[in-house]
Amino acid sequence: MGWLELSAPVLCLVVISPLLIIAFSVIATDSMQVLTHLWNSVLDAYVINSLLLLVGVCLLILIIGVPTAWLTSVCEFPGRKIFQWALLLPLAFPAYIIAYTYTGVLDYAGPVYTLLREFVDQPLADQLYFSIRSVPGATVMLALVLYPYVYLLTRVAFVEQSVRAIEVSQTLGYSIREGFFRLAIPLARPAIVTGVTLALMETLADYGTVQYFGISTFTTGIFRAFYGMDSLTAASQLATILMLFVATLIFCERYSRRHARYDAKKQYSTQGLRIQLAGKQAVAAWLTCAIPVLLGFVVPALILLKWTLFDAEWQLSKFFGLVWNSFFLAFLAAIIAVIASTILCYAKRRSKARIIHSLIGVTGLGYAIPGTIIAIAVISPLVWVDHKLINLVGIFSDYEIGLIFSGSIFALLFAYTVRFIAISSGSIQTGLEKITPNMDYSARTLGYKPSEVLKLIHVPLMTSSLLTAFLIVFVDVLKELPATLILRPFNFNTLAVRAFELASDERIVDAALPSLMIIVTGIIPVIILSKSISRRRNHIT
Amino acid sequence: MKEIHRTVTLACATLLTFLFVLLPTLTYASEVVNIYSARKEALILPLLEKFRDETGIQTYLITGKADGLLKRIELEGKATPADVFITVDAGRLQRAKKANVLQPINSENINARVPENLRDVDDYWISLSQRARTIFYARDRVSPDEMSTYEQLADPMWRGRLCVRSSGNIYNQSLVASMIESIGPEATLEWAKNLVLNFARPPSGGDTDQIKAVAAGQCDIALANTYYYGRIASSAKEDDKIVTEKVGVFWPNQAEGDRGVHVNVSGAGIIAHAKNRDNALRLLEFLLTPESQSWYAEVNQEYPVLPGVPASETLENLGSFKADELNLTILGENNLQAVEIMDKAGWK
Repeated sequence: MGWLELSAPVLCLVVISPLLIIAFSVIATDSMQVLTHLWNSVLDAYVINSLLLLVGVCLLILIIGVPTAWLTSVCEFPGRKIFQWALLLPLAFPAYIIAYTYTGVLDYAGPVYTLLREFVDQPLADQLYFSIRSVPGATVMLALVLYPYVYLLTRVAFVEQSVRAIEVSQTLGYSIREGFFRLAIPLARPAIVTGVTLALMETLADYGTVQYFGISTFTTGIFRAFYGMDSLTAASQLATILMLFVATLIFCERYSRRHARYDAKKQYSTQGLRIQLAGKQAVAAWLTCAIPVLLGFVVPALILLKWTLFDAEWQLSKFFGLVWNSFFLAFLAAIIAVIASTILCYAKRRSKARIIHSLIGVTGLGYAIPGTIIAIAVISPLVWVDHKLINLVGIFSDYEIGLIFSGSIFALLFAYTVRFIAISSGSIQTGLEKITPNMDYSARTLGYKPSEVLKLIHVPLMTSSLLTAFLIVFVDVLKELPATLILRPFNFNTLAVRAFELASDERIVDAALPSLMIIVTGIIPVIILSKSISRRRNHIT
Repeated sequence: MKEIHRTVTLACATLLTFLFVLLPTLTYASEVVNIYSARKEALILPLLEKFRDETGIQTYLITGKADGLLKRIELEGKATPADVFITVDAGRLQRAKKANVLQPINSENINARVPENLRDVDDYWISLSQRARTIFYARDRVSPDEMSTYEQLADPMWRGRLCVRSSGNIYNQSLVASMIESIGPEATLEWAKNLVLNFARPPSGGDTDQIKAVAAGQCDIALANTYYYGRIASSAKEDDKIVTEKVGVFWPNQAEGDRGVHVNVSGAGIIAHAKNRDNALRLLEFLLTPESQSWYAEVNQEYPVLPGVPASETLENLGSFKADELNLTILGENNLQAVEIMDKAGWK
C-alpha cells in the first residue's frame, strides 16, 4: 500500500526538477543589463499584449466552448452526433499552422485582397483591409484551436450532471436558459476552469503564432533575452515570473471556490433524456456548433489541401518514416503522462499532507513555459546523470557509452512529461472529483477489498477521463515543436519538425503536406476515442 | 492493490524495454561525423549524402535553432557527440566561439581558398555561403535614382512606404550591427528611429512576405535577403513571375569610397570536444569544393564564398555589386548593442 505515498513525491521531484532549475536562475545577477534594458524599453508593451491576448482568448473560448459542450451533451438537434466529435477536430491543428494558412489567404498580398483590388479602387480596398497579423487576429487563431480544451472537459462535466436536475429546475419555473446559467454552468465550474486554465497556459507559452504575426508578448521577451541578447539566465528569470503569475491565478481561483463541492451524488443516463430543440432553436444550435468547426478545421484544412495538391512539391515516400516517428513518440508520451498523472492524482486524493498537494500543484506549471526553455532545463539534469554514468563506466573500461539519457528519445519523453502533465492531471483530476470519498467508504464497509473498489467503481467511472487525458496529450505531443527540435536524437525527424523547417524557410506552401499529415494522424485517435468515450458513458449507468 | 502494483510494474517494464530498444545506435563506431545544424535539413542533407557516398564517412544530423543547439552542445560538455556546428549568420558563429564550444580549424587548404574577411580572425569558424541584405523596390512607383544608401532609407521621403520584418530577426540585427560599426552607435540609433517612422505597417512575417508586400502595393520599398528574391525569380509559378516583374533590386552604398552592400554568411566550425576531428575537417573541406559551392548557388540562390565559382544565373541577372568587406566577427560583437538600439527606436 505504501508505494503510492512513496512514489508520488519522488515522481513529483523528478517532474519538477527542470522547473526548479529554471526558477533557480533568480539568484543569478549576471543578467541585470539585459533585464534593465528590457524593463526600460519594451517589457511594458509586451505585458500589455500578453494580457490582451489572455483576456481575448479566455472570452472567445468560453463563448465557443461552453455552449457547444452543453448543446451536444444535453440537447438534441439535427447533426448533434456529428458535432459531438467534429467540434474536437481543431485540436489537431497546431496554432502556428492555422495562423500560416489564414495569413496565406487573408494577407495583403494574398488571393482575397488581390481579388478585391481587382474589383474596387485601391483606396477603398485599403480601407476594407483588416490585417490578420494583429492582436485580434492572433486571439482568433489561438481561440480556434484552443476552445476544444474547454469543450472536451466541460462536456464530460455536463454529461455527468443529471439532466433531471435541469428538468426539476424547469418544473420550478426556470427556462432552459436559466437552467443553463444558474445550474449547469455553476455545477460545471471546475471543469470549465480546468479547460480555460490549460488553454491560457498554452496561450502564454505560444511563440510560433505571435512571432509570425509580429506581435510581441511576454514570451517574445523571453526569447529576446535568449536569442537576441544571448542571456539564458534572463530568459529563465522571465520564465519564472511567468510561472509565478500562473500559480497566483490558479491559487486565486481555487481560493474563490474553497467551500464548494462538486461531487455528483448519483449518475443518471442522459440517453433519451435530452432536451429536444426544434425550429429556430435547432438552427441556432446548429450554427453555434458549425461555425467553430468550419473556421477551426474545415476552412484551414481545405486551404492546406489545395496547397498540397496544386502548389507544393513533395514526395510521399519521404513521409512514412515521419508519420511513424510522430505517432510512436506521441503514443509513448501520452501513456507516460497518463500513468504519471494517475499516480499523482490518487496520491493527492489519499494524502492529507499539504506538502504533497503543493508539490503536485507545481508539476502543472510546466505547461505555461515555452517548450524551448523547458527543453534546455531538461538537458541539464539528464546530462548530469549521463556524465556520472560515463565516469562510472570509465573506471572499469575504455568504452565510451556516450549520452544515454540526454542523447536519446528519453530526453524527449521526459520533456513532454514535464510540459504536458498539467493536461493529463487536469483531466484525471476532474474525473476523480466526481467520485466521492463516501463511495469508497461505503464500498469498503460493504466488505469490498480495495482492489475490488477500484475495479467496480473507479475503473468504470474514470475510463472516460483517462481516455480524454490520453487523447489530449497524444495530440499535443504530435503538434509539439520547440522541445522536439532541440532534444531529438541524430537523424530523427517528426512531422512537426518537417512542417516547421519548410515554413520557417518561408516555403509555407510546401509545409502544407506535413501539416495535413499531423492533422490526419491526430484526427484518427480523436474520432476513435471520442466515440469510445460516448459509448462508455452510455454504459456507466 | 496488488493488481495495480502488478499492472504498473508491467507497464514500466514494457516502457523501459521499448526505450532501450529504440536508443539510437551509438555513433562512436567506424568512420562517422556528427553534425548539429541550424541550416534546414533540405539545405544540408543532400550535400551530406554526397559526402558520404564519396568518402564512406557516415553522417549523423540534428537540425534546430542555432541558440538551442548551441546550449545543447554547451551542456553536453566533453561528452557531446557533436563534431561540426553549422549555422546561418555570422553573429551566431561568433556566439559559438564566445561560448568556447569551437576549436581552431587549422587548415591550410581552406585558408588558401577562402578570402580573409569570410573567416574568423582566430580561425574558429569558416563561411560556407554568402547572402546580401539589400533593398527591393516597386518598379512602377520608385525610380532607382531615388535610392542611394541604407542611411537614406531613414529619409522622410519614404514615410509610410517601407516594409521590413521584426527586430527579433537576426538578419536585421546583423545589419544594424554593421551600421553601428560604420556610422557609430548614436547615428545608428537616430537612423533606426527615423526608419521606424517610415514603416508602412508593423513588422511581421518573413523576408518573402516583405517582397510580396511590395508587389501587392502595401509598401514601395523593402529590406530582404537576396536568396528570398532569387527563389521567387527562379520559380516557375505564375504568381511568382508577376512578383519578379513588379519588384526590382537595388544595391545600396555603391558610391566611390562607400562601404558597399551588407553581406552575411552561413558558416561552420569544429566542436572543441569533437571525437571525429579529422572527419569534421574533411566535411568542411568538402563543403568548400567548387561543386558544393555551386550547389548552394543553384539550390538556394546564395553567393559562393570561393572566388571564381559563379553564382546562379538568376543571381547573375541581378547584376554585380560591391560588398561591405567588414570583418564578420564584428557582427557578433555588436549584436547585443544592435538589439538594444532597435528596442529603443521602437522597431518591433
